[in-house]
Amino acid sequence: MILSARNLTVTFGEMRAVDAAAFTVARGESFGLVGESGSGKSTVLRALAGLLDNWTGELAFDGRALGRTRDRAFYSRVQMVFQDPYGSLHPRQTVDDALAEPLAIHKMDRREARIEKALEEVGLGRGFRFRYPHQLSGGQRQRVAIARALIVEPEMLLLDEPTSALDVSIQAEVLNLLDALRRRRDLTFVMVSHNLAVVAHMCARLAVMSRGKIVEEMDTESLRAGAARDPYTQRLMAASRGYDRALAESFRALD
Amino acid sequence: MEKPLVAIEDLHVTFRTQTREVSAVRGVSLVMGKEKIGIVGESGSGKSVTGRALLGLTPPNGTVAAKRLEFDGQDLRGLDAEGWRHLRGRRMAMVMQDPKFSLNPVMTVGRQIAEAYRTHVNAGRAEARDKALAALEAVQIRDPARVFDLYPHEVSGGMGQRAMIAMMLVAEPDLLIADEPTSALDVTVQMQVLAILDDLVARRGMGLIFVSHDLDLVAAFCDRVLVMYGGRVVETLKASELSKATHPYTRGLLDCVPRLDRPQEKLNVLDRDPAWLAGA
Amino acid sequence: MNAAWTQWLLDEAPTSRAQARAGAFYRSWIAFRRNPLAMVGLSIVAALVLVAIFAPLIAPYGPTVQDLANRLQPPSGRHWLGTDELGRDIFSRIVFGSRITLMIVMLVIVTVAPIGLAVGTLAGYFGGWVDAVLMRVTDVFLAFPRLILALAFVAALKPGIENAVLAIALTTWPPYARLARAETLVVRKADYIAAVQAQGASGMRIVLRHVVPMCVSSTIVRMTLDMAGIILTAAGLGFLGLGAQPPSPEWGAMISAGRRFVLDQWWVAAMPGIAIFVVSLGFNLLGDGLRDVLDPKRE
Repeated sequence: MILSARNLTVTFGEMRAVDAAAFTVARGESFGLVGESGSGKSTVLRALAGLLDNWTGELAFDGRALGRTRDRAFYSRVQMVFQDPYGSLHPRQTVDDALAEPLAIHKMDRREARIEKALEEVGLGRGFRFRYPHQLSGGQRQRVAIARALIVEPEMLLLDEPTSALDVSIQAEVLNLLDALRRRRDLTFVMVSHNLAVVAHMCARLAVMSRGKIVEEMDTESLRAGAARDPYTQRLMAASRGYDRALAESFRALD
Repeated sequence: MEKPLVAIEDLHVTFRTQTREVSAVRGVSLVMGKEKIGIVGESGSGKSVTGRALLGLTPPNGTVAAKRLEFDGQDLRGLDAEGWRHLRGRRMAMVMQDPKFSLNPVMTVGRQIAEAYRTHVNAGRAEARDKALAALEAVQIRDPARVFDLYPHEVSGGMGQRAMIAMMLVAEPDLLIADEPTSALDVTVQMQVLAILDDLVARRGMGLIFVSHDLDLVAAFCDRVLVMYGGRVVETLKASELSKATHPYTRGLLDCVPRLDRPQEKLNVLDRDPAWLAGA
Repeated sequence: MNAAWTQWLLDEAPTSRAQARAGAFYRSWIAFRRNPLAMVGLSIVAALVLVAIFAPLIAPYGPTVQDLANRLQPPSGRHWLGTDELGRDIFSRIVFGSRITLMIVMLVIVTVAPIGLAVGTLAGYFGGWVDAVLMRVTDVFLAFPRLILALAFVAALKPGIENAVLAIALTTWPPYARLARAETLVVRKADYIAAVQAQGASGMRIVLRHVVPMCVSSTIVRMTLDMAGIILTAAGLGFLGLGAQPPSPEWGAMISAGRRFVLDQWWVAAMPGIAIFVVSLGFNLLGDGLRDVLDPKRE
């Protein structure tokens, strides 16, 4: 077990964005968090990444409890990829700047070689190294974000809807890339998405969140086999099969 | 054959940027009646630009050219601002992706709908209010009187989008152009909004152009689907015959989506053939 | 410029850091160039700089050379803009005066921009007590009336252009701090800041390397637009006798000296007045043009 959360609660003012969430992630595993907007799934990820300080409960990484602030050693082992590749790259910095920054923060050596290797690994050639974000497509930006996360050679990646801003054909490429990198480097993934099919494809195990609570946790096999018990999970399953007049009617009845 | 609602022939839209010219739409043709047409494509395919050109909403740095561009028999080429004002909102309306950006943040939802009605129909305040309440009810908002007095930031995404649809439909247009109307919404809410759109289109007998990146969704929802790539229509299909699509791009799009009922070791990716750009 | 260079600059796939930076700069330049008024502003400011640098070569006479036989001469072939009450050539004085104006501009920029940016970004990024303390300090400085402070300075030290500039700078930076703080509040919520936080960067590093670059352009724009006001204030102080001292050819002091003759020898006061007007206008036009190109809110 590399990561565990117990009784994780995040409050924004009066609102409980995450309510007593608990889960564990094994080393080398790929774990998914699924839910709709406002379910608290991204908030869980941000708390894990140390981007929030308004949480209570217990978080532990590799056997050690995590505090509100994280040291640099933590970030050399855990990195994050954000949802919106248009927002997660600094608009005034080239790809080269973006990749050099984590190397400088973590005082790593052989920077030139590492930057070139990182770009190659995510399928971007040298021609991309000195471009600004506005000269890149959404898929290319997300590849840069992945390269930036992997350049410090972390053990775990936190993925916040890494493909939801991308076209489906680009999504397939980026998901394949992430999957290949995970296998090659024995990475642990925690992936958040609103798309059940994407999480099912990427993760062996997943938890479904609704209104701040984890309502169900299961492995992907059982999900595909239709073993979901929670009505909310069933609804998500049904909705992800596509538009259906009768189905929409049944949702209305549930409201 | 009766007069088509929309007739487009060889539509071209070109944008001029600082350093070069970009052809966003290159020779799109479409003849439609009061039916549901889906335009599907990825970002940059020209699908939204096509919808906007039909509404005269091409940004100033873009130029529109077509052999034929008609709405209900009226030539839209060279129409002046006054002419557009006459058509937009009243005869054809548009629902955009994110209600957050298309609703006025400092006016209550109900007033915006009432104002929309009054700009198109000469009506008194009380009548406009009744119309707005009826419109909110028509989009399945349970407590219209309460929602009427809410500001856009006080309603959820799904409700905002329903309010937006109510606003567009209050003037009873003949054509509705919906540009990714549900992409910003959760899947379960998306279903409901689509069902509402479905009902309204059927009941009022209007034409619908549904622009989306989601091929499956469009196929389940529309009568006919135009698949766009690189500014051209590469394939036109009956929605019910989506599985019989022949163009490699359409097939590729269908294949690269992960599905719950189809576990895959590796997702299929689209091999883009440069010949598609030439219209092959 | 030859085609090869243009192509190199506009290359979508630059091969070096320098090429990427130069290309980004060139794209802004193309956008800027299309605004004719901004180009007028840029020309005026460039002319000011050139005139200041080459003043001894441009001016036909020395700025303080008196010729009492030719006092208060109207503009003529020998004295293009006439002479003043001591027979000094007004054109030459204005040319040399541009050095003083430029010095004021530079001194204000090097003091105001760093202070404003530092205070604003630190307060905005760290928030909490840092924000409270820095912003109250800002409020205190904002409350100083500019001319009164200048008077106090002059009383405490000695009248002179440096002390006038110091007084201007001390009362000019607070709005910059507020501007930078407001921008920082927006920028710090951006994902790209969260991304560097999640890389383990320290707060200071994030502010310096990631927040400040986003605030620089609006500071430059505001600085340029403010420059007209600063030049006018400096001239006003000179006019009141609190700034540059005679015989320095500071434009405000020249107007002040010429006002005694304003009815009969209008050129003595009017010529430096026109110089102030043209330079102020130049900075304003330039600022407007820069805003269109640089303002991050536009993107």
